[in-house]
Amino acid sequence: MTDTINPEKIHPEKIHPEKINKVSIIVSKGSLEGIYPALIMANGARAEGMEANLFFTFFGLDAVNKKRIDHIKVATVGNPAMHIPTLIGGLPGMSGLATHMMSKTMEKLDIPPIHEFIEMIGDTGCGMYACKASVDMFDLSEDDFVEQIQGIITVGDFYDMAAGGQIIFT
Amino acid sequence: MSTATFAGTPVEVNDEGFFVDPTQWTKEIAIELAAADGIAELTSQHWQVLEFMRKEYFEKGTGPTVRVLGKTSGVSVKDLYLLFPKGPAKMAARIAGIPKPKGCI
Repeated sequence: MTDTINPEKIHPEKIHPEKINKVSIIVSKGSLEGIYPALIMANGARAEGMEANLFFTFFGLDAVNKKRIDHIKVATVGNPAMHIPTLIGGLPGMSGLATHMMSKTMEKLDIPPIHEFIEMIGDTGCGMYACKASVDMFDLSEDDFVEQIQGIITVGDFYDMAAGGQIIFT
Repeated sequence: MSTATFAGTPVEVNDEGFFVDPTQWTKEIAIELAAADGIAELTSQHWQVLEFMRKEYFEKGTGPTVRVLGKTSGVSVKDLYLLFPKGPAKMAARIAGIPKPKGCI
Protein backbone atom coordinates (compact mmCIF):
# COMPACT_ATOMS: atom_id res chain seq x y z
CA MET A 1 0.00 0.00 0.00
CA THR A 2 2.87 2.31 0.74
CA ASP A 3 4.59 1.65 -2.60
CA THR A 4 5.16 4.82 -4.53
CA ILE A 5 4.11 4.71 -8.15
CA ASN A 6 6.94 5.15 -10.58
CA PRO A 7 5.39 6.41 -13.83
CA GLU A 8 8.42 5.23 -15.74
CA LYS A 9 7.60 1.65 -14.76
CA ILE A 10 4.02 1.88 -15.95
CA HIS A 11 4.53 3.81 -19.18
CA PRO A 12 8.23 3.72 -20.09
CA GLU A 13 7.36 4.70 -23.67
CA LYS A 14 5.79 7.94 -22.45
CA ILE A 15 8.89 9.00 -20.58
CA HIS A 16 11.36 8.05 -23.31
CA PRO A 17 9.30 8.00 -26.51
CA GLU A 18 10.86 6.39 -29.52
CA LYS A 19 11.60 8.75 -32.36
CA ILE A 20 9.38 8.59 -35.44
CA ASN A 21 11.52 7.38 -38.32
CA LYS A 22 9.01 7.25 -41.13
CA VAL A 23 5.72 8.89 -42.13
CA SER A 24 3.30 8.24 -44.96
CA ILE A 25 0.96 11.14 -45.55
CA ILE A 26 -2.31 10.90 -47.47
CA VAL A 27 -3.53 14.03 -49.26
CA SER A 28 -7.26 13.73 -49.97
CA LYS A 29 -8.27 17.38 -50.46
CA GLY A 30 -7.62 19.69 -53.38
CA SER A 31 -7.93 23.08 -51.69
CA LEU A 32 -4.95 25.23 -50.73
CA GLU A 33 -5.60 24.70 -47.03
CA GLY A 34 -6.09 20.99 -47.67
CA ILE A 35 -2.77 20.53 -49.46
CA TYR A 36 -0.23 22.73 -47.66
CA PRO A 37 -0.26 21.06 -44.23
CA ALA A 38 0.58 17.69 -45.80
CA LEU A 39 3.39 19.19 -47.87
CA ILE A 40 4.84 21.04 -44.89
CA MET A 41 4.73 17.86 -42.82
CA ALA A 42 6.37 15.76 -45.54
CA ASN A 43 9.07 18.34 -46.17
CA GLY A 44 9.64 18.75 -42.43
CA ALA A 45 9.95 15.00 -42.00
CA ARG A 46 12.68 14.82 -44.64
CA ALA A 47 14.42 17.85 -43.12
CA GLU A 48 14.58 15.92 -39.83
CA GLY A 49 16.10 12.97 -41.64
CA MET A 50 12.93 10.86 -41.54
CA GLU A 51 11.70 8.75 -44.43
CA ALA A 52 8.54 10.26 -45.97
CA ASN A 53 5.93 9.32 -48.58
CA LEU A 54 3.04 11.33 -49.98
CA PHE A 55 -0.01 9.53 -51.35
CA PHE A 56 -2.42 11.67 -53.36
CA THR A 57 -6.01 10.51 -53.52
CA PHE A 58 -9.40 11.92 -54.63
CA PHE A 59 -9.26 15.70 -55.01
CA GLY A 60 -5.78 15.68 -53.51
CA LEU A 61 -4.65 14.59 -56.99
CA ASP A 62 -5.03 18.23 -58.06
CA ALA A 63 -1.81 18.98 -56.14
CA VAL A 64 0.16 16.88 -58.63
CA ASN A 65 -2.00 17.27 -61.74
CA LYS A 66 -0.05 19.32 -64.34
CA LYS A 67 -3.20 21.21 -65.39
CA ARG A 68 -4.32 22.02 -61.83
CA ILE A 69 -1.16 22.44 -59.78
CA ASP A 70 -0.81 26.15 -60.56
CA HIS A 71 -4.49 26.87 -59.88
CA ILE A 72 -5.00 25.55 -56.35
CA LYS A 73 -7.34 27.85 -54.41
CA VAL A 74 -8.35 28.40 -50.83
CA ALA A 75 -12.02 27.60 -50.02
CA THR A 76 -13.94 30.76 -49.13
CA VAL A 77 -17.27 28.98 -48.74
CA GLY A 78 -17.99 26.43 -46.03
CA ASN A 79 -14.93 27.56 -44.11
CA PRO A 80 -16.01 29.50 -41.00
CA ALA A 81 -12.40 30.19 -40.00
CA MET A 82 -12.04 32.44 -43.07
CA HIS A 83 -14.39 34.91 -41.35
CA ILE A 84 -16.07 35.73 -44.65
CA PRO A 85 -19.89 35.47 -44.71
CA THR A 86 -20.93 32.50 -46.89
CA LEU A 87 -22.81 34.64 -49.42
CA ILE A 88 -19.86 37.00 -49.90
CA GLY A 89 -17.42 34.10 -50.03
CA GLY A 90 -19.47 32.70 -52.88
CA LEU A 91 -19.15 35.80 -55.08
CA PRO A 92 -17.19 35.25 -58.29
CA GLY A 93 -13.46 35.84 -57.81
CA MET A 94 -13.52 35.69 -54.00
CA SER A 95 -11.61 32.44 -53.83
CA GLY A 96 -8.99 33.76 -56.25
CA LEU A 97 -8.62 36.98 -54.27
CA ALA A 98 -8.24 35.19 -50.95
CA THR A 99 -5.71 32.81 -52.52
CA HIS A 100 -3.71 35.72 -53.93
CA MET A 101 -3.57 37.45 -50.55
CA MET A 102 -2.61 34.27 -48.75
CA SER A 103 0.10 33.43 -51.30
CA LYS A 104 1.72 36.82 -50.73
CA THR A 105 1.88 36.23 -46.98
CA MET A 106 3.26 32.74 -47.51
CA GLU A 107 6.02 33.96 -49.79
CA LYS A 108 7.07 36.39 -47.06
CA LEU A 109 7.27 33.46 -44.64
CA ASP A 110 9.45 31.52 -47.08
CA ILE A 111 6.66 29.01 -47.85
CA PRO A 112 6.98 28.18 -51.57
CA PRO A 113 4.06 28.06 -54.02
CA ILE A 114 2.62 24.54 -54.38
CA HIS A 115 4.34 23.78 -57.70
CA GLU A 116 7.78 24.76 -56.40
CA PHE A 117 7.08 23.00 -53.11
CA ILE A 118 6.23 19.72 -54.89
CA GLU A 119 9.47 19.98 -56.90
CA MET A 120 11.47 20.72 -53.78
CA ILE A 121 9.90 17.85 -51.83
CA GLY A 122 10.69 15.55 -54.75
CA ASP A 123 14.32 16.68 -54.50
CA THR A 124 14.41 15.89 -50.79
CA GLY A 125 13.87 12.24 -51.68
CA CYS A 126 10.27 12.00 -50.44
CA GLY A 127 8.24 9.38 -52.32
CA MET A 128 5.15 10.65 -54.18
CA TYR A 129 2.39 8.43 -55.50
CA ALA A 130 -1.08 8.75 -57.01
CA CYS A 131 -3.97 6.57 -55.86
CA LYS A 132 -5.07 4.11 -58.54
CA ALA A 133 -8.77 4.13 -57.67
CA SER A 134 -8.93 7.94 -57.89
CA VAL A 135 -6.86 8.05 -61.08
CA ASP A 136 -9.30 5.62 -62.69
CA MET A 137 -12.31 7.48 -61.35
CA PHE A 138 -11.19 10.82 -62.76
CA ASP A 139 -10.06 9.12 -65.99
CA LEU A 140 -6.45 10.28 -65.61
CA SER A 141 -3.16 8.64 -66.59
CA GLU A 142 0.52 8.95 -65.70
CA ASP A 143 0.92 11.70 -68.34
CA ASP A 144 -1.42 13.97 -66.40
CA PHE A 145 0.94 14.19 -63.44
CA VAL A 146 4.07 16.17 -62.65
CA GLU A 147 7.31 14.24 -63.00
CA GLN A 148 7.71 13.92 -59.23
CA ILE A 149 4.94 11.28 -59.17
CA GLN A 150 6.79 7.99 -59.08
CA GLY A 151 3.83 5.77 -59.78
CA ILE A 152 0.13 5.05 -59.61
CA ILE A 153 -0.36 2.59 -56.80
CA THR A 154 -3.16 0.67 -55.10
CA VAL A 155 -4.16 1.06 -51.48
CA GLY A 156 -2.47 -2.29 -50.81
CA ASP A 157 0.80 -1.00 -52.26
CA PHE A 158 0.41 2.06 -50.06
CA TYR A 159 0.09 -0.01 -46.89
CA ASP A 160 3.13 -2.06 -47.90
CA MET A 161 5.06 1.15 -48.42
CA ALA A 162 3.87 2.61 -45.11
CA ALA A 163 4.95 -0.46 -43.14
CA GLY A 164 6.93 0.33 -40.04
CA GLY A 165 5.98 4.02 -39.99
CA GLN A 166 3.16 6.38 -39.06
CA ILE A 167 0.25 7.15 -41.39
CA ILE A 168 -1.25 10.64 -41.46
CA PHE A 169 -4.51 11.34 -43.30
CA THR A 170 -5.21 14.92 -44.36
CA MET B 1 22.98 22.58 -21.65
CA SER B 2 26.25 20.72 -21.16
CA THR B 3 29.91 20.81 -22.09
CA ALA B 4 31.26 18.44 -24.71
CA THR B 5 34.83 18.07 -25.89
CA PHE B 6 35.47 18.08 -29.62
CA ALA B 7 38.93 17.95 -31.17
CA GLY B 8 40.38 18.57 -27.73
CA THR B 9 38.32 21.73 -27.15
CA PRO B 10 35.56 21.99 -24.54
CA VAL B 11 32.38 23.38 -26.15
CA GLU B 12 28.98 24.40 -24.73
CA VAL B 13 26.18 22.46 -26.45
CA ASN B 14 22.44 22.15 -25.86
CA ASP B 15 20.51 18.89 -25.28
CA GLU B 16 20.39 18.16 -29.01
CA GLY B 17 24.09 18.76 -29.52
CA PHE B 18 23.83 22.21 -31.12
CA PHE B 19 26.43 24.84 -30.27
CA VAL B 20 25.40 27.50 -27.80
CA ASP B 21 28.23 29.82 -28.83
CA PRO B 22 29.06 29.52 -32.56
CA THR B 23 32.36 31.34 -32.07
CA GLN B 24 33.70 28.25 -30.27
CA TRP B 25 33.59 26.36 -33.58
CA THR B 26 36.69 25.38 -35.54
CA LYS B 27 37.21 23.41 -38.75
CA GLU B 28 38.79 20.57 -36.77
CA ILE B 29 35.63 20.36 -34.66
CA ALA B 30 33.51 20.21 -37.85
CA ILE B 31 35.55 17.28 -39.15
CA GLU B 32 35.07 15.40 -35.89
CA LEU B 33 31.33 16.17 -35.71
CA ALA B 34 30.84 15.09 -39.32
CA ALA B 35 32.65 11.81 -38.73
CA ALA B 36 30.45 11.12 -35.69
CA ASP B 37 27.41 11.76 -37.91
CA GLY B 38 28.56 9.31 -40.57
CA ILE B 39 30.30 11.69 -42.98
CA ALA B 40 33.75 10.14 -43.41
CA GLU B 41 35.19 13.05 -45.37
CA LEU B 42 34.00 16.63 -45.73
CA THR B 43 34.20 17.52 -49.43
CA SER B 44 34.52 21.01 -50.88
CA GLN B 45 30.73 20.98 -51.38
CA HIS B 46 30.21 20.19 -47.70
CA TRP B 47 32.45 23.13 -46.75
CA GLN B 48 30.59 25.39 -49.17
CA VAL B 49 27.34 24.62 -47.34
CA LEU B 50 28.86 24.87 -43.85
CA GLU B 51 30.52 28.21 -44.56
CA PHE B 52 27.33 29.57 -46.16
CA MET B 53 25.33 28.54 -43.09
CA ARG B 54 27.73 30.25 -40.73
CA LYS B 55 27.72 33.39 -42.86
CA GLU B 56 23.90 33.46 -42.88
CA TYR B 57 23.79 32.84 -39.15
CA PHE B 58 26.12 35.72 -38.31
CA GLU B 59 24.28 38.05 -40.70
CA LYS B 60 20.70 37.12 -39.84
CA GLY B 61 20.84 35.53 -36.41
CA THR B 62 19.39 32.22 -37.57
CA GLY B 63 20.55 29.46 -39.86
CA PRO B 64 19.00 29.21 -43.33
CA THR B 65 16.14 26.86 -44.20
CA VAL B 66 16.63 24.10 -46.76
CA ARG B 67 14.75 26.22 -49.30
CA VAL B 68 17.10 29.16 -48.80
CA LEU B 69 20.11 26.85 -48.86
CA GLY B 70 18.95 25.32 -52.14
CA LYS B 71 18.34 28.71 -53.72
CA THR B 72 21.37 30.66 -52.53
CA SER B 73 24.17 28.40 -51.31
CA GLY B 74 25.04 27.19 -54.80
CA VAL B 75 24.19 23.59 -53.85
CA SER B 76 20.82 22.19 -55.01
CA VAL B 77 18.24 20.70 -52.63
CA LYS B 78 18.87 17.28 -54.14
CA ASP B 79 22.61 17.52 -53.51
CA LEU B 80 22.04 18.92 -50.01
CA TYR B 81 20.24 15.71 -49.05
CA LEU B 82 23.02 13.62 -50.57
CA LEU B 83 25.67 15.59 -48.66
CA PHE B 84 23.75 15.61 -45.37
CA PRO B 85 21.44 12.58 -45.43
CA LYS B 86 20.09 13.11 -41.91
CA GLY B 87 18.36 16.31 -43.01
CA PRO B 88 20.49 19.14 -44.37
CA ALA B 89 19.36 22.14 -42.35
CA LYS B 90 19.61 20.43 -39.00
CA MET B 91 22.59 18.15 -39.60
CA ALA B 92 24.60 20.83 -41.38
CA ALA B 93 23.76 23.37 -38.67
CA ARG B 94 25.11 21.07 -35.99
CA ILE B 95 28.33 20.43 -37.92
CA ALA B 96 28.61 24.15 -38.75
CA GLY B 97 28.42 24.94 -35.04
CA ILE B 98 25.31 27.15 -35.19
CA PRO B 99 21.98 26.75 -33.34
CA LYS B 100 19.20 24.67 -34.91
CA PRO B 101 17.45 26.75 -37.59
CA LYS B 102 13.99 27.98 -36.65
CA GLY B 103 11.15 27.65 -39.13
CA CYS B 104 9.02 24.88 -40.57
CA ILE B 105 10.10 24.87 -44.20
